[in-house]
Amino acid sequence: MSLNPEYLKEERNQAWRAELRSKTKNKERTQIERVKMPELAPMIRVKYQDREVNMGLELDQALKEATRCMDCVNPTCIEGCPVSINIPKFIKYIEKGDILLAAATLKETNALPAVCGRVCPQEKQCESKCFYVDKLDKPSVAIGHLERFAADYERNSGAANIPEKASPNGIKVAAVGSGPASLAFAGDMVKYGYDVTVFEALHEIGGVLKYGIPEFRLPNSVVDFELENLRKMGVKFETNYIVGRTSSFEDLREEGYQGFFIASGAGLPRFMDIPGENSNGILSSNEYLTRVNLMGAAMDDKDTPVLKGKYVAVIGGGNTAMDSVRTALRLGASRAMIIYRRSEAEMPARIEEVKHAKEEGVEFMTLCNPLEYFADEKGRVSGMRLNRMGLGEPDSSGRRRPMPIEGSEFELDVDLVVVAVGVSPNPLVPSCLPDLKVTKWGTIVVDEDKMQSSISEMFAGGDIVRGGATVILAMGDGRRAAENMHNYLQSKSNN
Amino acid sequence: MNKIIEKTYFSDKVVKLVVENPLIAKSRKPGNFVILRIGEDGERFPLTIAGADPVRGTITLVVQIMGVSSSKLVALEPGDCITDLVGPLGKPTHIGKIGTVLAAGGGVGVAPLLPIVEAFKKAGNRVVTVIAARNKDLIILEDEIRKWSDEVIVMTDDGSNGRQGLVTAGMEEIIQREKIDECIVIGPAIMMKFASMLTKKYNIPTQASLNSIMVDGTGMCGACRVTVGGKTKFTCVDGPEFDAHQVNFDEMLMRLGGYLQEEKRATEIYLQKL
Ligand SMILES: Cc1cc2nc3c(=O)[nH]c(=O)nc-3n(C[C@H](O)[C@H](O)[C@H](O)COP(=O)(O)OP(=O)(O)OC[C@H]3O[C@@H](n4cnc5c(N)ncnc54)[C@H](O)[C@@H]3O)c2cc1C
Ligand SMILES: Cc1cc2nc3c(=O)[nH]c(=O)nc-3n(C[C@H](O)[C@H](O)[C@H](O)COP(=O)(O)OP(=O)(O)OC[C@H]3O[C@@H](n4cnc5c(N)ncnc54)[C@H](O)[C@@H]3O)c2cc1C
Ligand code: SF4
Ligand code: FES
Repeated sequence: MSLNPEYLKEERNQAWRAELRSKTKNKERTQIERVKMPELAPMIRVKYQDREVNMGLELDQALKEATRCMDCVNPTCIEGCPVSINIPKFIKYIEKGDILLAAATLKETNALPAVCGRVCPQEKQCESKCFYVDKLDKPSVAIGHLERFAADYERNSGAANIPEKASPNGIKVAAVGSGPASLAFAGDMVKYGYDVTVFEALHEIGGVLKYGIPEFRLPNSVVDFELENLRKMGVKFETNYIVGRTSSFEDLREEGYQGFFIASGAGLPRFMDIPGENSNGILSSNEYLTRVNLMGAAMDDKDTPVLKGKYVAVIGGGNTAMDSVRTALRLGASRAMIIYRRSEAEMPARIEEVKHAKEEGVEFMTLCNPLEYFADEKGRVSGMRLNRMGLGEPDSSGRRRPMPIEGSEFELDVDLVVVAVGVSPNPLVPSCLPDLKVTKWGTIVVDEDKMQSSISEMFAGGDIVRGGATVILAMGDGRRAAENMHNYLQSKSNN
Repeated sequence: MNKIIEKTYFSDKVVKLVVENPLIAKSRKPGNFVILRIGEDGERFPLTIAGADPVRGTITLVVQIMGVSSSKLVALEPGDCITDLVGPLGKPTHIGKIGTVLAAGGGVGVAPLLPIVEAFKKAGNRVVTVIAARNKDLIILEDEIRKWSDEVIVMTDDGSNGRQGLVTAGMEEIIQREKIDECIVIGPAIMMKFASMLTKKYNIPTQASLNSIMVDGTGMCGACRVTVGGKTKFTCVDGPEFDAHQVNFDEMLMRLGGYLQEEKRATEIYLQKL
């Protein structure tokens, strides 16, 4: 997706923006220091699984930060955004004080700005391309914080309006899974006038946003607000419904569904296949986070148990690993450790999460790799053996390949281990559809522009197409699939 | 949806429930299970679908009271609804015409065995079934099992129904008497372990239906992992039935005890509240 340069120019030339530009000189703008996100103090926040760490900008902070943005002639930040948000336009609306218009600008291309403002890896996307970073060697405009600010402002103002809808066309379409890809798809399809049902296997809607990402990073209320909006727009949700199991695709076709969007995610946890890994007290990050986030296991009145550890090792360096290790701290670990086989520079987690984890007291054991686990007489993990790693030549991912250092083995006492070394695509849907083309990794093959699969009325997007990716990419896929499924179904009904 | 239509006590610990869910009633196959959740504070837990009536749109569950979740389910009365019910899950049993099938069920494991016995019989096999429990009160579904078996042996630990002895004694008697082409065992892990050791001695292909601890039941968490043939498998999506001779039952028994402390505590709190 990219925005037409002519259109961007036209918008930039509007009188209100020209006026803002002339009001404050760029020299003054660049003198302002990047805003600091107000945060809950580490000592306090490690006691609460459900209190958000980032507290959000105040209005005056947001206005000041928005003033830093120079409304560049060539806004390179937009190139870094997977859904091409018109970044200077929304930021200038904030500077002008029209926060609701800023939120509306975000929603032109981003269905869930309050979510993305919190979880996008901005430092690798828009912010990495900002003029401040690129040319001035200064911290970028805090685009992510501003995005969150505008979206939260709109939500809290009560002014969030239900977008206009085309009149209903009576055509039924189904979305399989209820993660960000499906939610974005459903929002657009219902606007085009379709009768949309979202099917979810679990008892809660939201996919990873609910079962994976903890409340201290993404409060459920933020997600629920978006779900409520979709409901008001007419999207139907069916929980406890596994497409391909509860009913087959054939059954749904017979019920009149004409288009399918498959966004079943990359839910299958990987393990390392090393000795002792099936001991009690060693679990996948999916299991750990699902117990705590989806089932509320940390709360006394919930039936689902979760094992608590004093010495907790989390294997991996992504967002999932950070979420798990910080959860372990909040559940009372006295030592919470990240064990990652590469160095910190290669960690795929958002920089902010790494920073927060460190502030909270997480120990980072980088360039270490688990070899084996030991268990006590009851089968509960009691220790592990690791070795240290060095970095060799870059591998296929462009990151330097970790290599074991001979003779560097050592042991560590642990009583809980969370394995967060990645996920595989959910094989359920492909296994029900022999004609559906998949790659050797099990991801669904789609036409990249249209998100259409080898079965023409089936579109797919999100992690089931990309492997483990991001919320914003999943959402972008959902929107693209909606547009193209709409065109496809229209041209079919016109013939 | 998920309304309880009938409730029958087999004993004070074992209850049969007929539950309305037309979609699952239609799509389920022998060997499939469901995951349930009772109330907003409930945990997700698995139960085998013991039978289904697609015309009425109902499924049958047989549950033994173990701890909090099974107690909460049994506390529901006809007319009440189960908060969440999802399925059918797991791979269905592979049913074919193979000759003589020896089916062995222990305790509440007889419930999931019933639809499998029925399916093997309907597929034209000779079916001999051994059902076993600690005492006569815990023997369930005897008449239903008899309906679909050519012969039934009942075994109890105390001899209060049928013969005295363990399930394996009944099995061995049959194995020594006639040629068995396949064996199916469902019951407590420890029973399946010994039944599997027995049939291995006689080289009889054996399927065991494993009752690992589960959370989602869709392959997402790995709580249910077991080692089969030296490889880690997820019971909920790769099973629940596996080649019994390849299953590492000792590891499975160890993993079943993984939350013992937490379960005990939860049960105590639950009982206090009543
Ligand atoms: C712990 C964690 C932290 C993360 N942190 C970040 C972050 O900070 N920033 C970021 O950008 N990304 C992050 N990600 C990645 C991001 O969440 C995913 O890329 C994104 O959610 C993928 O969206 P999706 O719509 O493809 O699928 P998912 O969100 O995975 O949802 C798929 C849903 O489909 C359901 N389903 C599967 N099969 C069926 C079926 N047959 N019928 C019905 N339902 C079905 C599943 O139950 C699931 O709920 C994180 C992921 C995890 C696990
Ligand atoms: C695929 C599958 C099918 C099943 N089918 C049935 C069925 O048809 N009828 C039925 O009564 N039960 C069945 N079970 C077992 C049932 O899920 C558990 O008994 C139930 O979850 C116990 O929950 P609870 O909260 O009542 O007890 P808890 O408090 O969780 O446990 C109490 C006691 O039961 C033991 N226990 C816990 N989970 C299991 C388990 N999965 N298997 C064996 N023992 C366990 C614990 O170690 C503890 O001693 C099945 C399990 C699986 C995996
Ligand atoms: S590159 Fe930076 S300064 Fe320029 S428009 Fe984008 S956010 Fe503003
Ligand atoms: S129960 Fe979660 S993977 Fe099997």
